[in-house]
Amino acid sequence: MELICPAGTPASLEAAVEAGADAIYCGFRDETNARNFPGLNFSRDEMRRGIALAHRHGVKVLVAINTFARAGNLALWQAAIDDAVASGADALILADLATLDYAARRHPAQRLHVSVQAGAANPDAIRFYAEAFGAQRVVLPRVLNVMEIASIVRESACETEVFIFGGLCVMEEGRCSLSSYATGQSPNMHGVCSPASHVAYGERDGRIVSTLGGFTINSFGKDEPAGYPTLCKGRFSTPKGAGYTFEEPLSLDAAVMLPALRKAGVTALKIEGRQRGRAYIAQVVRSYRQILAALDDGRETAPAGLAAMAEGQASTVGAYRKGWR
Amino acid sequence: MPDPETTGQRQTGPRRLPPWLAPAVAPLPLAPLQPMLALLLARIGQAHPDLYGRLGEHAQKRFGIDPTDLPFAFVLEPKPQRPRARAVRALPGDLDACIRGPLSGLIGMAEGTLDGDALFFSRVLWVEGDVAAVLALRNAIDDARIDFGALLLGGLGPMGERAAAALRERMQPRTAPAGDRPWN
Repeated sequence: MELICPAGTPASLEAAVEAGADAIYCGFRDETNARNFPGLNFSRDEMRRGIALAHRHGVKVLVAINTFARAGNLALWQAAIDDAVASGADALILADLATLDYAARRHPAQRLHVSVQAGAANPDAIRFYAEAFGAQRVVLPRVLNVMEIASIVRESACETEVFIFGGLCVMEEGRCSLSSYATGQSPNMHGVCSPASHVAYGERDGRIVSTLGGFTINSFGKDEPAGYPTLCKGRFSTPKGAGYTFEEPLSLDAAVMLPALRKAGVTALKIEGRQRGRAYIAQVVRSYRQILAALDDGRETAPAGLAAMAEGQASTVGAYRKGWR
Repeated sequence: MPDPETTGQRQTGPRRLPPWLAPAVAPLPLAPLQPMLALLLARIGQAHPDLYGRLGEHAQKRFGIDPTDLPFAFVLEPKPQRPRARAVRALPGDLDACIRGPLSGLIGMAEGTLDGDALFFSRVLWVEGDVAAVLALRNAIDDARIDFGALLLGGLGPMGERAAAALRERMQPRTAPAGDRPWN
């Protein structure tokens, strides 16, 4: 199974190469990708140089252009597709039907992957992307258990890629409007969930209070682990009680599921976190490289020991094992 | 429930300065720090010119850097043409943003040996004010691969390089046998 690693900067890309990535995914410094954060991502020149560096080490680069194009202004997304192809991208990760159609027509030889943002979670949807646009891989939404993934693999000609580590959310990928509701911006259209420009921290009664778009979304006592300032990780008072209404802040760590995922026929394993620093990239990629080596040797796999890197300082195997449903 | 036994080691956080240090250095004047800060900024500018492009509009902002285990802080103005940093006893109230945490955490984040989000999740590090500006600064510095020891001591020849290596070793995060806290 391939190990697909994130990179938000050229330095992170180098860190991922050094740590043993098989492929790296990254995006341009604009709203065409779903990690459009301040100070993050690649200029055209950085992308060209980054791809060349990765290729010298035998590592592939997948360029994420996975937001949904604004009505009446497809040019920004088309330019990103053209420039990624010209830079030597090994694959484009796309979600919007218009971008998939453009890429398939304009660059018929280019390998296309369907982004998790497309929310393709059943064989019929995946078959459509493969037949209509020649997509060769689909990144599966994080809502499926291993048996469901195995079933999809059996029924699809498309390769499958699944997330194994990193941030989680409510997993309505490509369809979540929580950030839009509070800030007017979303990962789907603007490439950013809960934009930092709308986040504020303050202190109240000895607790750190986080707000998003003026809405109070959480407060933390001294030494209480924190999560990202997103609505889905907020604590709210409802008639049924107070607490994490949508989801607790924690990270996916599916190391123990790797044998089952391999048996299911998954092609590639993806680490989330283009917004994270070099230290995260190096440590997480290196840990998973070791785990995959252990798997190849027939040894048991264990959680990656990366709790310190995790949101909320805690981990979950997510939907892969739905014992909690 | 997954087996809590894990592979390898995990970070338990940055080392903190010994508690006696802050009161010991508190009476000392801050003026001698200024030439060092000026030298550091000049060398960062020379070695990492891309840093300002990555900061974008946030290069015009004023940042407070507050090492919580020291009795002074820094005001940073990363303007490309005229970057400035100065040591202050207390941060002024009109800053755009402020980052607080132990010195080794701040240095580890700046040098890319520690992950800023992980420090935030564990409450080692905290931010106030313009969070977008803080993110831009963090990402720009992370990409710049800054090595403070080499920048400050590298000009001193082999002795300086040895001192920089010793400093780097001293600032490494502590590690402990790993043990995740699985949720399900």
